[in-house]
Amino acid sequence: MAFDQLSDRMQMALRRIRGKARLTEKDIDDMMREVRLSLLEADVNFKVVKKFTNDVKEEAKGDKILKGLNPSQQVIKVVRDQLSELLGGETSPFTVNKTRMDKIMLVGLQGSGKTTTAGKLAKYLRKNENQKPLLVALDVYRPAAVDQLVTIGKQLDVEVFERGTDKDPVSIAKEALEYAEKEGFDAAIFDTAGRLHIDDKMMDEIKAIRTTIKPDQSLLVLDAMTGQDAVSVAKHFHESLDITGGIITKLDSDTRGGAALSLRAVSGVPIKFMGVGEKLDALEVFHPERMAGRILGMGDVLTLVDKVSENVDEDDMMGMMEKMTSGTFNYNDFLKQLKMIKRMGSLGGIMKLIPGAKKMMKNTNVDESQLTRVETIIGSMTKEERKKPNLLEKESRRRKRIANGSGYKVADVNRLIESLKQQKETMKKMGGMDPSKIDPNNPMKAMQGMQAPTQKKKKGKGKGKGGFRF
Amino acid sequence: MGFFKNLFQSKKKTKTSEKYRLGMQKTRQGVFNRLNDVLSEATLDDSVFEEIEEIFIMADMGVDTVVSFVNHLRDTVDLNALDSPEDLREIIVEEMFKRYTKDTIIDTNLDIDHDPAVILFVGVNGVGKTTSIAKVAHQLQEEGKSVMMVAGDTFRAGAIEQLRIWSERVGSSFFEKPAGSDPSSVMYDAIQEAKEENIDVLLCDTAGRLQNKKNLMNELSKIHKVLGREIPNAPHETLLVLDATTGQNGISQAKIFNEVTTLSGIVLTKLDGTAKGGIALAVYENTGVPIKMIGLGEGVDDLEYFDIEEYIYGLFSDVV
Repeated sequence: MAFDQLSDRMQMALRRIRGKARLTEKDIDDMMREVRLSLLEADVNFKVVKKFTNDVKEEAKGDKILKGLNPSQQVIKVVRDQLSELLGGETSPFTVNKTRMDKIMLVGLQGSGKTTTAGKLAKYLRKNENQKPLLVALDVYRPAAVDQLVTIGKQLDVEVFERGTDKDPVSIAKEALEYAEKEGFDAAIFDTAGRLHIDDKMMDEIKAIRTTIKPDQSLLVLDAMTGQDAVSVAKHFHESLDITGGIITKLDSDTRGGAALSLRAVSGVPIKFMGVGEKLDALEVFHPERMAGRILGMGDVLTLVDKVSENVDEDDMMGMMEKMTSGTFNYNDFLKQLKMIKRMGSLGGIMKLIPGAKKMMKNTNVDESQLTRVETIIGSMTKEERKKPNLLEKESRRRKRIANGSGYKVADVNRLIESLKQQKETMKKMGGMDPSKIDPNNPMKAMQGMQAPTQKKKKGKGKGKGGFRF
Repeated sequence: MGFFKNLFQSKKKTKTSEKYRLGMQKTRQGVFNRLNDVLSEATLDDSVFEEIEEIFIMADMGVDTVVSFVNHLRDTVDLNALDSPEDLREIIVEEMFKRYTKDTIIDTNLDIDHDPAVILFVGVNGVGKTTSIAKVAHQLQEEGKSVMMVAGDTFRAGAIEQLRIWSERVGSSFFEKPAGSDPSSVMYDAIQEAKEENIDVLLCDTAGRLQNKKNLMNELSKIHKVLGREIPNAPHETLLVLDATTGQNGISQAKIFNEVTTLSGIVLTKLDGTAKGGIALAVYENTGVPIKMIGLGEGVDDLEYFDIEEYIYGLFSDVV
């Protein structure tokens, strides 16, 4: 995730004071110098950094903390709380109107990802709010922007309102509004052209569009990789359009994501969503607290649970858990498990939500093409072979046949056999766990317990690696 | 140190510098204007250095670079026992030139003397690859070259149409296959057609990809290989398109794309919209990949060959 590098640096800074029984003001100053640089490197706005470091210092240097119990842990808690505050404190929920149509306008610089986000938002509203959304194409400037939205609409099976590129966007907006109301849509999402915040003519145009639509939500779409400019972009758009929320895009990149941190702090505009991939379901509600925790390396179990419960049938999950622990795990189950993971989103993305897993995975690049490989190889097995994994272990001609049939090498088949074996073994260990104790709402909690020992074995430096515990 | 003043005065007359000055007005007024205020202060104390540091960091020049730069300033001041902020003006500019021109002449010309020449455009999503291709096509056609645009972004909705519309506007040849086609096969077929049509330069678009997506980067390296197999030494130019509003991630972009495809240069886009743009300097310092072109507006002719001296001059012309 985007915040990885930021959190690495933060953790380094915090590790210095961790475990110290006594802290001096100088310790805190030293730590905060590192924190300051790491935030700046992460593109967090200069002024925001200044305020943040001052706030933390002031609070951390108070007698209560320096002379209290476990001062280092308390300081870390201060950093975490302030960080979460900086990100926006409480989650700012995205609410829709129950009685009338929602009008949502997306604005932003060129290339920030408005059109893709419009599609994602339509999908989100239909899935999570049970709405019937209309997408409105108002970008008449960028070549083929309308085509892009139409194509996305087709992919989603969502209607797109477009009038080509010859009319002016204000009148298209007006027409679209009348159409949407007449046809009984629950939400209209207006995709506007990208514009520079300093382009007065284009800013006047978007103001006119706003006056016409009178949007319930004016959302600023902001690229997570934006530098120090993010703040002035946000300010300008906010001053002209009264932005109601932000959507941070491309957070699946390796950016440290300082732009996200600064947006709320400078403009007061809450971040509502984050874009985490090119697929149209890669839009997630933004939770400031969880993000703060993620930055500090505490993992994000809550987000994972959301993902799991959203995408995976609970019975499926429990059935799988039973299978796993009973030791009758076969290739059919393996395949099913893979599909479950696939449905939840990228494997790498999910692993990173598990505390400790991030460090563990650092050098093991989770390659999603591996999933495809496994699927193909299992696809080349007979039904019997899938049910009885030991058939393959015993007979090499079967392995050869499967390799030929799937187009992969025998070594690949062997690797798959090996990983099924490994899984089974891990599951056996887990078998000691009473399945009834596994919380159906949070099956990953059980998995989590499994993560810790493996991690210790691998790193040999278990202490100080597993994230912070308060 | 009057040398730089002279240099500046002579530069002022050329036409390109004027365009630079105009295009970079925002950059200058935004961040570096404050530099003037700081350097006009009465006493040279720690707060001056801190403010200079702040200004450069706000210009996205990169924390490491700025810290070492400002430390150098401090040393120079100590060494020469300077006491007025005014003295810093020329030192700053001179140090900038020293750092970024590195006594070498950077050739920003595109290597297009091949039959046909192939230019591959790569970059993350939304940086302006397609628009940059249109601008380069326009420029090359003005120089009398026959140009073919290759729609290698078969993934993003509307990407092929976008490039096609540009090719119609610019009046260049255009090659496409249906959306969803393997981009390598698009390149392969485009080369065959370009050979038949006697095209001078192929401009190959690729889908935007984040540099940390391993599969997509593998795909890019495959495209790179296919091009080289069909035409010796192709692509002759691999240009990373970089958004000037990008922060420190620009360095990571340049590094990783350089590892995968060996970049020959950078096209820095949207420079007219940012008050910062220091990422240009940070990327060059960190990777050594030269910036070859910059985008200074949305028009098809708003593309300039980059000249680092002009650029630094553009940034600091109000300071000296």
